[in-house]
Amino acid sequence: MAHSARRDSPELPDFSLLKRLARDQLVYLLEQLPGKKDLFIEADLMSPLDRIANVSTLKEHEVDKLYKVEYKPITSTSDQLCFLIRPRIKTVKWICDVANADKATGKFRRYKIIFTPQKFYACEAVLEEQGIFGDVTTDEWAFYLLPLDDDIISLELPEFFRDNFLAGDQRWVRTAGSALHLLHSLYGPFSKVYGIGRCSKMAYESWREQVAEGEQRTRQAEIGRVFLIDRDVDFVTPLCSQVVYEGLVDDIFRIKCGCVEFGPDVTSDKSVKVMLNSQDKVFNEIRNEHFSNVFGFLSQKARNLQTAYDKRRGMDIKQMKTFVSEELKGLKQEHRLLSLHIGASESIMKKKTKQDFQELLKTEHSLLEGFEIRECISFIEEHINRQVSMIQSLRLLCLLSITENGKFYGVDHLLTFANLRHLGLLVEQQPGETLTVMESKVGKLVNDKTAGKLTDAFSSLARKSNFRALSRRLNLVPKSGEEYDLRVPRDMAYIFSGAYVPLSCKLIEQVLERDGWTGLEEVTKLLNGNEFAVTGSNGADSKAKNDAQRIILVMFLGGCTFSEISALRFLGREKGYKFIVVATAITNSSRLLESLLDNHV
Amino acid sequence: MMKSKADEEDYWNSSKFKAFTFDDEDDEFSRLKESKQAVNSIRRLVEEDDDEDDVEKVSWSGEPVGSISWSVRETAASNQRTDREPTFPKINTDTPTLSKSNSGYSLSSLFKGKTKGGNFQSFNDCESELHCMNEWMNDDWSPEETIQRMQQGKAFSLEKFRSLQDKLLLLDFAVSAHDGNVITAVLIYLKRTLGKEVLFRELESRQTALRHLIQYLTETRDQRLLLELLRSLCRTGPCTTGREHLSITDENKRRDFLKSCLSLPFSPEDSAHVQDHFTLLERQIIIEATDRQAERGGKVEIFQKFPRRASILNMPLVTTLYYCCFYHYTEPEGTYSSSLNIRQTFKISEKQYFVTALAARAKLKAWSDVDALFTSRNWLGFTRKKSPLSFQRVVDILQKNSAPTQVLQDYVALVDDAELRISLAQKHKCHDIVINTYRDLKDRQLLLGYRGKVERGSAEERKIDELLNNPRRRWK
Repeated sequence: MAHSARRDSPELPDFSLLKRLARDQLVYLLEQLPGKKDLFIEADLMSPLDRIANVSTLKEHEVDKLYKVEYKPITSTSDQLCFLIRPRIKTVKWICDVANADKATGKFRRYKIIFTPQKFYACEAVLEEQGIFGDVTTDEWAFYLLPLDDDIISLELPEFFRDNFLAGDQRWVRTAGSALHLLHSLYGPFSKVYGIGRCSKMAYESWREQVAEGEQRTRQAEIGRVFLIDRDVDFVTPLCSQVVYEGLVDDIFRIKCGCVEFGPDVTSDKSVKVMLNSQDKVFNEIRNEHFSNVFGFLSQKARNLQTAYDKRRGMDIKQMKTFVSEELKGLKQEHRLLSLHIGASESIMKKKTKQDFQELLKTEHSLLEGFEIRECISFIEEHINRQVSMIQSLRLLCLLSITENGKFYGVDHLLTFANLRHLGLLVEQQPGETLTVMESKVGKLVNDKTAGKLTDAFSSLARKSNFRALSRRLNLVPKSGEEYDLRVPRDMAYIFSGAYVPLSCKLIEQVLERDGWTGLEEVTKLLNGNEFAVTGSNGADSKAKNDAQRIILVMFLGGCTFSEISALRFLGREKGYKFIVVATAITNSSRLLESLLDNHV
Repeated sequence: MMKSKADEEDYWNSSKFKAFTFDDEDDEFSRLKESKQAVNSIRRLVEEDDDEDDVEKVSWSGEPVGSISWSVRETAASNQRTDREPTFPKINTDTPTLSKSNSGYSLSSLFKGKTKGGNFQSFNDCESELHCMNEWMNDDWSPEETIQRMQQGKAFSLEKFRSLQDKLLLLDFAVSAHDGNVITAVLIYLKRTLGKEVLFRELESRQTALRHLIQYLTETRDQRLLLELLRSLCRTGPCTTGREHLSITDENKRRDFLKSCLSLPFSPEDSAHVQDHFTLLERQIIIEATDRQAERGGKVEIFQKFPRRASILNMPLVTTLYYCCFYHYTEPEGTYSSSLNIRQTFKISEKQYFVTALAARAKLKAWSDVDALFTSRNWLGFTRKKSPLSFQRVVDILQKNSAPTQVLQDYVALVDDAELRISLAQKHKCHDIVINTYRDLKDRQLLLGYRGKVERGSAEERKIDELLNNPRRRWK
């Protein structure tokens, strides 16, 4: 890659330990129910489970059949049932139904529920209410952290965002604290913690209490500093279209748990599931690149590959033998990866061309820069009128309202009440209920006439967005008209075609540079405060002594996008840091908005 | 922010935005194609013995399976009591500190012991369990201590907190601990042991707890209590009733329910929503009944030619408008199903109506209707084509509804911007327009170049030749 990386970047800690611990604890829990048993797994736990154990691990511990939790009567004939679930009331109720149905037919079985990452009292209350408490044994599988890559760890809790920021439910605060505690005990002790946001503060407190409750051996710290950030500190970044390869792949194909499914449009054959991480040599080189650079890179690679194959010509038998045994396998692997990513790039091009992506980006960029707002509004209006895509329209509306602080709303009636109503009625194909729900959603949108509240979804914040002022203070939007060579990025703005430096990452950069929030008072005021920077008792002396200080763990409460990860990787290369991103889940604009729709009631 | 026009142009043309375009099949894309060909050409070679390769997945961690004993050892090691952790300071998490004086309990009895959640490996050993049980038997925990025990997953009992004061202290400590799990647990206990009037009253001043209760009732689908709670808080809004409403499947009952909602104390905007929603559903019920009959009767041509794919009941407004533009376009404005009537009743904007009607009529290939949509007469009686939408978009919509070139041509010609007009014309093969535009631009070179793109011996070619060979024509 073209970046001039600093050579002295420290090595990342080895996170495969987290997987081993989780697997071993699961095995231990399964052994608590000796004998043959059927295992029911909650749908969204299947992929995370796949990453740490495989079927044979489960079979070894007398799991007979595997089922997905489907909220239907079960067909299992086993006399021992084990349920591996998230602590959700709906699921527990279903288990109660299963047990009660057995009772009614006089069938005796043993039941065990394994909650992960923890159980909630509300779930136990359901067991009690349904008369099942005592018939069921419960356990907790402390599977807090799933390493998705060398530098990405996910809590795989997408509901964190909605629960915490929309519903104001703090059930996951301790979970976040515990996750941090686990990292602290394995890779700490941390010496400095920075943060911003209400939830970050609470998670910090929860973690601090847990540290105080337990005791720990001292060890050489591998991770020195920690940065906690709430998603609601920066909504702009995740609402923007992603144009860095990994982000684009996520926007279009949806990366799930580090794995993507490429359909026939990419493979021109049957669908394949592909792991996307640093082990994929081709992917690793293009994941952080702006999409426009990806083509050049892939063609170069293809040419090199051709040359490598061509070497065979004129080889004698012996040379051929070495070639086959030493090089061929690697080449074949590379070939496979290369054709996959070329296929994906082609498919991305096709899809983006079809949906006026260029114009969409233009609109986003003007919104970020804050001019030609009238044009933007009419673009959005047209978008709505033509019923292009509800999520897309909502996304633009949210961007508009955040970046413009809702200013336009009172004065300018281009986006009238009626239009907003249409927006709510956008979903054509879905059954009737969407209508009402969306209507109520939009009803709320319209109610909150004031400013940033247009995005009712974010109403829980009850704060105004001060994007414009923030953008000026932090210099988030580079001056227009300047050349921006995307091949040689000069700052983090490259992840948005040079049009915008992600606010979240800019904050991280600034705080690390200043070792705290000093000098950023104006900024934190605009962000509603809740910032902190604390030093542990061993922080002062061990400073600068070891590499750990340059290994920085950034925890995004409420989700993080691949674009932000790319930006942090860039920052790390520039400044000689290594960032480890811990996210409650990987998110993007669609996931963010979908989680706020009410049609999954 | 004011910027001059020139600045703006500059902005869009500046290199940073030009660096990358999705619109053109530019060099990059063709390069990509080439590389794809290159890669494909070597595929044969690769596939020769592509059997044992695990093509489906590349595993990331090749780590061998860790043994359980290893894990147990690790846990044991982490439990060894050695130096204490560096301590971190407490930060203020903006909840008012509770005055401990009126709790009436001493803090000295604060329990400190082995935690359950503290270590990630929570292997319960019998000994500590027993220890816990003993402690629990002779417990006398204060509200604060109880909350701490709950947070740590230790045994506790809430039953002895019987006075309202104790219950509220319990709740307030739970809230100040920022542990939603514990807050909800206390709320479940309070819900069970307090009258709802009292509970609701106390929650009014406790927003965090209130939101937890709302979330809990939503999750347990306790609609009745949720509605009562929200009513008592005067929080009636579409959200609450919306949920209730969703569960009604019969359209007539739904309509009646909506009617009953009209009198609820919504804000003006919301009540307008409910009113519109009610009117829409009422309308849909009438249309559905008539159309279903017409379809079954088999006498109305349009229903035979284009059978309805689904009932119109409960469909969104825009879908309803589309439906009416499709099946009832020519009806007089007085009828319920007339598209104009729908437009009037629901005050649909011109643009929205236009886009919807355009798409519906284009789908039916009713080109004269399409044409009529654009026609307006000025005061002198001349007709001229007007559109609330840019003609570029119009072309786009028509093309998506597979309009023939002759139709497209009319609208491409109306695109103001010459450059855009040419690119659209080329894209949709409207040769006449391209030729005429080049003629008007007096650009012989371009015209000559375009000659190669039209069919040999076609009328277009002849037209180009005529222009080129016309000696009276002046070129640039």
